Formats: sequence, structure tokens, C-alpha cells
Amino acid sequence: MIHNLYGDAGRLFVIIAFVSALVATFAYFKSVVSSTNLNDVPVWKRFARIAFFIHAAAVAGVVFCLYWIIGNHYFEYHYAWDNSSLSLPTEYVISSFWQDQEGSFLLWIFWNVVLGLVLIVTNRSWEGPVMAIFALVQAFLASMILGVVIPGLDLKIGSTPFLLLREALPEIPIWKTNPDFIPKDGNGLNPLLQNYWMVIHPPTLFLGFATTLIPFSFAMAGLWTKQIKEWIRPALPWALFSAMILGVGILMGAYWAYETLNFGGYWNWDPVENTSFVPWLVLVGTIHVMIIARKNATALKTSFILAIATFVMILYSTFMTRSGVLGNASVHSFTDLGLSGQLLIYLMTFIVLSVGLLIYRWKLLPSDEKEVSTYSPEFWIFIGATLLCLSGFQILATTSIPVYNAIAESFGKLLNLALPTDPIEHYNKFQIWFFALITILTGIGQYFWWKRTGEGRLNTLYPPLLITLILSAVFITLGEVRTISYIVLLTAAVFSIVANGTILLNIIGGNYKLSGGAVTHIGVALMLIGILFSSGYTRVVSLNNSGLMISRSEEFTKNDNKENKENVTLWLNKPSQMGKYMLTWRDVRVEPRYVPGYIPKGWVEIIENDFHAVALRDIVVDDKTYYKTGDTLEIYPENFYYEIEYREPSGKIFTLYPRAQINPRMGLISSPDIQRKYNKDLYTYVSMVTNPLDEGKWSPTEEFTVAMKDTFFVNDYVAILDNVVRTDQVDGVELGENDAAVKAIIRVLDTDHEYIIDPSFVIRDRTVGRKAQVSDELGLRIQFNEINPQTGEFTFAVNTKQRDFIVMKALEKPLINVLWLGTFVLVIGFVMATVRRFRDIFKHQNREVASNPVKPRARKPELQG
Amino acid sequence: MKKSHIFGIGIIAVAIAIIVSTAGDASTYVNFTQAEQLAMNGNDGSIHVVGKLKKDASGQIQEMAYQPEVDPNYFMFTLLDNDGREQKVVYRSPKPQDFDKSEQVVVIGKMEKDHFEAEKILLKCPSKYNNDKLETTEYQAAQL
Repeated sequence: MIHNLYGDAGRLFVIIAFVSALVATFAYFKSVVSSTNLNDVPVWKRFARIAFFIHAAAVAGVVFCLYWIIGNHYFEYHYAWDNSSLSLPTEYVISSFWQDQEGSFLLWIFWNVVLGLVLIVTNRSWEGPVMAIFALVQAFLASMILGVVIPGLDLKIGSTPFLLLREALPEIPIWKTNPDFIPKDGNGLNPLLQNYWMVIHPPTLFLGFATTLIPFSFAMAGLWTKQIKEWIRPALPWALFSAMILGVGILMGAYWAYETLNFGGYWNWDPVENTSFVPWLVLVGTIHVMIIARKNATALKTSFILAIATFVMILYSTFMTRSGVLGNASVHSFTDLGLSGQLLIYLMTFIVLSVGLLIYRWKLLPSDEKEVSTYSPEFWIFIGATLLCLSGFQILATTSIPVYNAIAESFGKLLNLALPTDPIEHYNKFQIWFFALITILTGIGQYFWWKRTGEGRLNTLYPPLLITLILSAVFITLGEVRTISYIVLLTAAVFSIVANGTILLNIIGGNYKLSGGAVTHIGVALMLIGILFSSGYTRVVSLNNSGLMISRSEEFTKNDNKENKENVTLWLNKPSQMGKYMLTWRDVRVEPRYVPGYIPKGWVEIIENDFHAVALRDIVVDDKTYYKTGDTLEIYPENFYYEIEYREPSGKIFTLYPRAQINPRMGLISSPDIQRKYNKDLYTYVSMVTNPLDEGKWSPTEEFTVAMKDTFFVNDYVAILDNVVRTDQVDGVELGENDAAVKAIIRVLDTDHEYIIDPSFVIRDRTVGRKAQVSDELGLRIQFNEINPQTGEFTFAVNTKQRDFIVMKALEKPLINVLWLGTFVLVIGFVMATVRRFRDIFKHQNREVASNPVKPRARKPELQG
Repeated sequence: MKKSHIFGIGIIAVAIAIIVSTAGDASTYVNFTQAEQLAMNGNDGSIHVVGKLKKDASGQIQEMAYQPEVDPNYFMFTLLDNDGREQKVVYRSPKPQDFDKSEQVVVIGKMEKDHFEAEKILLKCPSKYNNDKLETTEYQAAQL
């Protein structure tokens, strides 16, 4: 049965959400503009609020409908079919909600609604102008998921997530024979996204995107209602909150990439990553100028510009990732839904509105009477904010290369520009120096601010400088840092930690409320140290020193033998030396759902196109029997883990399980396994595997007739028939009283190892049975075919195949934990600063209320203090 | 001169430096013939070439070699650029996993004497999720 109800309700809710957002925008607008009769203002406001509440309810309705469709596996809907499947565990069913563009827009809309409601409740005095902007943004966002075709014009507005499969893919022939066809199962979620980080990363990131709207709205509201300075106080805590959430969202993505993707790092300078990082940089700059805006008119002007720039950057980023303009340039941009025109209008509307309003009001903005002194904290904070913006500009200038192509194309020119081939080198040219300066300024700024360092008091900076020089010298020597730019960055980061740490300890002391800034700065400095060592000093462990590539000597001996030899080939169960480790690939394992860890693939038979497997033996892990032979168990059918044993020189053994995901339509996807030590990570992934579901092709049978102790050659190995003995046990064959069985002991010599293959020959009920033996290590199957009593010779049938191998790579990433530690410190600092600024506005509001006893809330100010 | 002027000039100077470096480091899309000319003129910047794999009538990929048992870090294949010119490409890293399925290949690197040396490969494979869309995956040769 096709569940039309949920889709129809969903579409209706989207339309209600869109219309109510427009109504709320208009009503809030009317409540602010001066032409409105003063007596009508509360009426308009109440009306607008009701419209926004309707909007909120409609959005909740849309979210519910989409969840219901996905959660109940209504595969007649394209969205459910495309992004989920029956086998998907619950947490990933949730994340399939925002897998496609429509769902991620919906997530964004949802967060905006939550934030809008919070603002309505907490900040009545700014409600009108701020919510007018909010509602307008919501109207634009809701239009993206409208999916309405305007009749006559053939103009499609938005793309709805509630399309039925037959509407989305009308060209499939099945609809002609069976218009009510419903697929049994869905496409499933991209296996790379089946990761717990992917459950929380997108909501966090989109909350970050959504919160940038708040400082922007307050800035707009400030300009609009001519409250040129007053907007800063309510906007600042939200800006801090936004920077924290956006930062955490970006870092979650980075951590996911580190754990899941195999490029060996957490940051790839991918356009999609960059376009979320640039707004963050600008936002952090905004926060700093907002802090000094009350004292400094230039900073106030800059606050307006940057609050606008942050939001515009978010819109630009949305445009880039969703319009298809990135095309070849990015691995993970969304596919083009034909929304580029709409996105462009959205972007342009807000650029024109905000920049226009700023220009219109510019003459109202105050100017500084005299130049700011170089000895004032404002000067240094301003420089820091400028550097943050320049850093963002550099990233943006390069990331926008596909946009330049698109612009040139629209003027009929072919630019054919491509992103730099070595992004790390390109970005580092500037970013290392920008960040070295920024970190130094975090220390200097704090000293000027708290220690009143200034004219004639520069000597206060000497102690931290001295400590920094000593510490950096030690670190540079111990860490063998030789590159100038790294030395500078390291010294800058150490200075920042020392200076901010000193401020933290002796100025702010016990008053933790004020120390958010210092803590955040220390976090940034720690992160930079972690990035410097883990990226700058990544060491490839898996150098191929087997000498096997001598066959191509010329190519490999050039450049001092340094041509890429970073991957090693491992043969099944054959140890090979890699750096200081002895490596052995032991087995392929699969991941059962309700059994801890991974079990050998040979223990189960995987049912094709299903998420179940049949146990071929009792499944016992840590002395607990989970399944009996013949039981059916649930597994993650796409995941295969390669058991790689590392033996350290000390004899200590540990095992890593890098993963390869086999997906019928995506091919093989490799994810690393990481051995985490306090001072470094050992990062291992398989760069090539043979398909574990593929049995491999056996060669045509070759027969060998040999006598005892004879030597023969199979698959380039020397094999010796050592003996033929009577046996009472043959796997899988019941032997009766009159039956007889013999097995041949064949010794196969590999370069450094001997293998025994023992095929059996059985006479049972007067018929001959043959039990072949397979060695996966050697890629050999030997069957005992005949015994010739006259000549005393034995005949064996031999098949060979490619020996099982994997190609893997291992990297060592020193001090990467310092990066994660810095992340935590950064977040703690942001939380402290955010809490402080929120307390500040509540205190301020109460004071306002107390001084203005007309308002009813003034009666109980003590409750809110 | 006022401090703010010096400050402004400083910012403009840095911004110009950024733009110049972006223009300088940006790569370009070319075909193999242009790539060869660039290399002959001593231009050793990395370039992008878009092309398709050489296949026979039955869809079998032609002139491709990867022998991990001999050397896991050497992969060779033949690419036809958009003008139909054939070129041997060498990629000194393991063969990308879904290489055989790719409909379009972008190689990024330099033209050498007898082959194109690829530092990076972008593959456009039929997307798992959108039947009519192609999906990009990126592979990078390791650098020591």
C-alpha cells in the first residue's frame, strides 16, 4: 500500500511553513517601521508571533512526516528508498534524514525555528526587527524544499523530500506494468556515513550555521532601529555560542575524516571543508571587534561589516556546496538539484539588503576623534581580527576558483582554471604565518588588556618572552624541528600558552568567569602544536623495503630511491618486515551485530544481498557462546576487517583491523584502524584488497604422478610427497568399519616457510571419495586422485590461483593527541566566555527592568538575578 | 601619514599577494597535446587532463597494468583525452579501488618524456545514489 497521507501532509506543512514565514516577516516588519501607528505595534507584534508559532508547528510537522516515512521504511518514497534500508541500525536511520539536500535544509530550518523561539522568549525588546530577519531567512529556506511547479511558467521552486519513487524516477519501466510497485528494500546509507560521528556532526554543524544568523540579525536590527551600539550586548553571547558550535561541528567532521577516510589526515582543504571554516574565522574576528566596539568606533563599524560578512559567507558556502558549481573540484559536494538560481537569489537578497542598509546608515555611525594608540589593547585586538579575516580571505580566494570559471563561462569565456594540485603547500604559504602572528597576538592582546601593558610598561612582557624562548629551544631541539616556518609557529604557540597561562594564573586568578578568553587562546595554541607535529612530521612506516621492485630498477633508483614506495604488499600469513615491526596479515574478519569485536569470515556464510549470515561453527568469543552452528545472525554485510598483526622488536604483539567496505555499487572503500598511544598514533589502512566475497579463479587442473619422496613443482613452489599414511579421520566424511582412508603428506616449500597440504583418499562403501585440501596462503588446491599399486605412484590433481594479498600503508602521526586536547580546551574556553556574556545580558536586562517599573516583570527582579 | 593609512596599505598589499599567489598556484584543464607543449616550453606546473579509459568493443579496459606482487606502488594505464589522443599514464601508488568502474578520469600531474606522471587521480563513477549522476572520488599518489 502506498502511504500517501504522510507525503501529502508533509507537502502541505512545507507550504504552510513557507507562507507563515512570509506572513511573520511582513508582520514583524510592520511592527518596526515608523509608518506604523504606535497603537498598532503590539497588534502587529502579536500577529507576527502567532504567524511564527504556526511556522514552528508546521516545521515540526514536516520533520515528523519525513521521520515517519524513513523510520517506517516507506520505500515508495524516493527519500526513504534512496537513503535508508531495512538493515540500517536505528542511529543511522536517524542520520539518513539529513543525507540528502532536502533533509539538510530541513535540519537547518528546524534549528532556526528553535533559535527563533528562544529569542522570542528571552529577548522581547529586540523581537520585532530580529525576528523579521529570522522569518525572512526561514521563508527562503522553506522555499528550497517547496517542490512546487508554477503552472504556465514551468518554473520549479525548491525540491521536496516527499516525492514518491514513481515521481522521482518516472523512466523506470516497472511503472507501466505495476504502478503500485514498492521496492522491498532501500538503497541504504553510504557506508562511509555509517559512523557515530556522522550522527552528530551534521546537526552540530547546521546548528553552527543557524546560529550565525543571530549576530547578523542583531546587527541588522541595530542599524534598522538606529540602536547603533546597543545591539552588541545581546549579540555577543550568541556570537560566542555560534563560534563554539560551528567550531565543534567542523572539528567533528575533521575527526570523522581522520577515523574513516583514508587520506591520512583530518583536513583535506576540500572546498566543502574550507567554506565552513572561512565563516568561522570571520566569526571569531567579529567576536573580537565586538568586544572592543563599545570603546572604539572603528571596531564598531568593523563589527557591522564582519557580522554581515559571517552570515554572507555562510550563504556563499551554501551556494557553493549545493549549486553544483564545485563540480569536479570537490569530493563531497551535494548533487545539483537545480536550485542554483534560487540559492543565488537567496545569497544576493541578503547581500543587497545588508550592505544597502549599512551604507544607508553609515553616516550615523560614530568616528574616533583621535587615532587609536599602538599601546592600547584595542589596537592589537583589531590587528588580530584583521589577520583572521585575511586568513579567511586567502582560503576563500583559492576555494572560489570553480566560481571564477562559472562566472567567466556566463560571459562566454573559457577559463579552465583548476584548484592548486598541492593544496597543502599552497595554503601553508600564507596560513602558517597568519596563524603564527595570530597566536602571538592572543598573548600580546591579553597582556595589554589585563596587565595594562602599554607605553613604558612593555617590560611586563619580558618574563613570558624569556620563558617562551627557553621552552621553545627545548621543544625545537627535542622535536628536531628544522623548518623555519615550523620553528616560528611553534615558538608563537608556546608564547601564546605561556602568556595566556600567566594571565590565567595571576591576573584572573580565582575568577574563572573572566578567563574564557585566555583558556580559548591556550586551546588554539595547543591545537596548532598538535597540527604542526602530526601533519608536518607524519612518518610513513610502511616503506617497501622488500627489494621486489628491482625489476623496474631505472625508475626506482632515481631520486635516491625515494620514488613512492609507501605501500607494502602483505601475503596471507606470511610475515614481512616493515620498519621496526614484523607484520603479518592473518585473516579477514566480519562484524556481527550483537557479538563484541570481529569474527573470522570463515566462521560464517554470508547470505547474499542480505544482512544475515549462517554460522558455520559455534561462535564463541571470550568463552561466551553467542550462536550455535547453523544459527542465523545479523551482521554488517558491507564491513570486512583485515587482521594485521604487528610484532614489535620487543616481541610485544598488537593487532589492527583496518576496514574495507564492499558495496556492490560503490566498489571498495577503505577505512583506517589506529593504534593510539599517548604521544603518537599509528595509522594503518589497506590501499588494495582482493574482494573477500570473490573466491578467486582456479587454474585448469594439472595432474602430477609421483612416487614417494619425489619432488614436483606447483605454482612455482617446490613440493615433496613426504608420505602417504592411513588415517581414521577425514573432515566431513563418516568412516564406517569397512571403509578405509589414506592421506598424502605433501610438503610445499616457500622461500622462508614450509606448508603441509594433506589431501585424503577415501574408499567408502566400495566407492572412491576424494577430499581436496586448499591452502589460501599458497593459492593451491591439491586433490588425491589415484593410487597405482603396481608402480607405487600416486596421482594428484592440482589447481592454482592468485595468492591472497593486501596492499597496505601505515603512517605515524606524532602528538596528534595535543590537537584533540587543544580542541577540548578551546571548547571549555568558549563555554566559559559564552556563559559570562549571557550572565552579562541577563544582569543588564534586570537592571533595565528595575529602572523601568512600568513593565510588569519588574515586580520580581530578585528571582531573575 | 596616519597609522590607519599604513594599516590600510598593508592589508591591500597582503590581499594582492594572496590573489597573485592564487593565480600562480592555480592549475588548468588541458588536453595531452597542450600538456606536451607546456612541458616542452619548460612549464613544469601540475595540470589537469580529463579523459576516458581506453576500452575495446566489449568494454574491456585496454593497456592497463597493475602487479602488486611485483610492485604495489606502480600502476600504469592508457587514457584517451577529450580529443581522442591516447596517452600512457603512470601513477606511483596502488591502483584506485573502483578504477575499473570509472566513466571519466581526471589525471593531475605532469607530462614526462614518454608518459604522463599522475600525482592525483579523480574518478567519476556511476553514483550509488543517483542512477544518472556521476560521483567523484579522489586519489592521491603518496609523496615522500
